[in-house]
Amino acid sequence: MQLLNLYNCLPTYLVIGALLFSFGIYGMVARRTVIGMLISSEFILAAASTNFMAFNRFLAPDPVVGQIFTLFIMAIAAAEAAIAISIMIAVYRNYKTIETDDLVDLQG
Amino acid sequence: MQTIVCQPAAAPMLFSAEGMVGVIFLLTVALVFTGAIIAVNAQRLVRAVSGLAICFTGLAGVYYFLLSPFLAMMQLLIYVGAVSILIAFGIMMATPENERVTGMKNRPLLAGPLAFSTAALMFAALTLLGLKTQWQAFPRQGTFDIKAVGMALLTTHSLVFELISIVLLLAIIGALVLAQRGRN
Repeated sequence: MQLLNLYNCLPTYLVIGALLFSFGIYGMVARRTVIGMLISSEFILAAASTNFMAFNRFLAPDPVVGQIFTLFIMAIAAAEAAIAISIMIAVYRNYKTIETDDLVDLQG
Repeated sequence: MQTIVCQPAAAPMLFSAEGMVGVIFLLTVALVFTGAIIAVNAQRLVRAVSGLAICFTGLAGVYYFLLSPFLAMMQLLIYVGAVSILIAFGIMMATPENERVTGMKNRPLLAGPLAFSTAALMFAALTLLGLKTQWQAFPRQGTFDIKAVGMALLTTHSLVFELISIVLLLAIIGALVLAQRGRN
């Protein structure tokens, strides 16, 4: 039952990270609203954190560094989400929409 | 240095403690991808945020399997408890009632397949990179415990720790200013 030993293998976590990253990319391209793209960007950040944690668990000499780096990624993601939501509220106040197709004032 | 793939390499039996741990891991991964699929494909934005919360709950389990209960707790606190709730509030405040959909219906014809193929190419490339590389493990020097994390946070990484607090402070002030602007 090699399937049950997957949690001890480095490639498992790398594949999880890659899949989360591609979910994020898919959402970023396919979504038509700003909030949908924000949700997808969280997946990209989570994929990066997963990779850091995986390398930290299996390869790193000092397993503290990866945990601290992931903690910082989380802090940056929280700050990014707060800023993005407030930008979205400001945009909604001016345009009455958050559809990316309607926010094309700079398109010329 | 040694090339590693699995550690330990021996597979456990199904009806043993390690086998049960393996089953729980598979369930956790299933939770992650169920949440991710819901978050990326849902028609309504509130469902997408629920999928985000489900996915990040599963990801906290994955962090637990990566020997870091501290990060698993932080994942639950920050992502599930704060970021998802924040996005849910954003949806309630910045979207008209009848527009709380993700607009997957009225997009151009090729957008879905093109997005899918972009993501599939990314996934194929990253997976090949992860599976084909001969990863080298360095000899382990530290430990995983939370005490070591705290010590490193306040000694080796103290500058970054202070910087991140400034970033968070600026984010709070910036969010307040941005949301305040244009309000009458």
